[in-house]
Amino acid sequence: MCIGIPAKIVSVDGYTAVAEVGGVSRTISVMLLDAVEPGQHVLLHAGYAISAIDEAEADEILGYLERIVDEVS
Amino acid sequence: MKSPDAFRDPAAAAALARAIEDLADRPVTLMEVCGTHTVAIFKSGLRDLLPDRVSLVSGPGCPVCVTPVVDVDRAIATARIPGVLYATFGDMMRVPGSTSSLQEVRALGADVRVVYSALDALALARAHPEREVILFAAGFETTAPTVAATLLQAEQEGVRNFSLHTVHKVIPPALRALLDAPEVKLDGLICPGHVSALIGSEVYAFIPAEFGRPAVISGFEPIDILLSVRLILEQLAGAAPKVEIEYSRVVAPEGNRRAMGILNTVFEPSDAEWRGIGTIPGSGLALREPFAHRDALRRFEVEVQPESRNGACECGEILRGLKTPADCRLFAKACTPESPVGACMVSSEGSCAAYYTYARS
Repeated sequence: MCIGIPAKIVSVDGYTAVAEVGGVSRTISVMLLDAVEPGQHVLLHAGYAISAIDEAEADEILGYLERIVDEVS
Repeated sequence: MKSPDAFRDPAAAAALARAIEDLADRPVTLMEVCGTHTVAIFKSGLRDLLPDRVSLVSGPGCPVCVTPVVDVDRAIATARIPGVLYATFGDMMRVPGSTSSLQEVRALGADVRVVYSALDALALARAHPEREVILFAAGFETTAPTVAATLLQAEQEGVRNFSLHTVHKVIPPALRALLDAPEVKLDGLICPGHVSALIGSEVYAFIPAEFGRPAVISGFEPIDILLSVRLILEQLAGAAPKVEIEYSRVVAPEGNRRAMGILNTVFEPSDAEWRGIGTIPGSGLALREPFAHRDALRRFEVEVQPESRNGACECGEILRGLKTPADCRLFAKACTPESPVGACMVSSEGSCAAYYTYARS
């Protein structure tokens, strides 16, 4: 299943990290990511962080969306 | 972090639907490969929002749905071996094999446990050194690296009573098989978002290059999917098709190299059978020789009878986008989520389960 849950890294200790999802903390593995920092947003799947979530890219796509919406209106 | 609400804004969705309406000058058929997309599309009512000329068909991106009956039979046989603790991801519990299911054999006394992570299975192995813990390792490239990482951890910690019954599959060869099939008519592909977070976008280059179709990697929110549809239609209206990443906040062109490196350390490509499609070369993952001792089917002799299943089940045609669940005579009659005949009705992301839940009037 492709379910991925956005989470925020609270603390890192080697390959293990504490991440927060909707106010609830859980222990996850960060073995699949290169460098993970507290405060970073990641995507969780099956107990592992599989990808970082890039805020700048999120802003960019939302900017693109805004232009389309303006065009259509 | 950006609120997900921005990607769910109804006003923006309506505007995008209008933009799509303007762009769609002829009927097109797009395939959303991934089961999670199928459900997302239903939940947000996107099928109703899109013009009739744009039709979406569901693809084979549901790992539970594409697991052949014989693999389920092997899982059941393995779970029944005395001393085995058989761990599985949830959805596999109710998939019907030839005569039974994991859920049924658990009720009859087999030790079958649902886990949410391979790490849970490893924890069970540590907690029960007297048992043989086997993980039914299903899933695509989103899940396989997590299983590979757990296996490496088991090796490192010297946890010996942990092995895998591997049925992992990979997406790109299945897409190639679909595009190669003459009866499947698709104008573009909505590619899976989280698989692509691992494998990147470059692996899809053959789709425009060899088959001349657009491929857009999409996120899972309604705005993501609508944007992706619009990107595909823009490509179809323009000149050369290409691979695009709509889900850029999660997917990078190179994917997650570290995770794929871990996957490739543990697994190698193998031929695999996809339910309803048949054997697709190089579409499965098998444990590499140095990890052969972690292969549950080598550790334990498991014999199964030739598979048998209900011939009226149309899962195969549905997984290839040739039919919709409503076209199957069993749909919502003999086959329901409570008493499923095929895997497409069992999985929460199966087409049939999604249609049953959202699309029956």
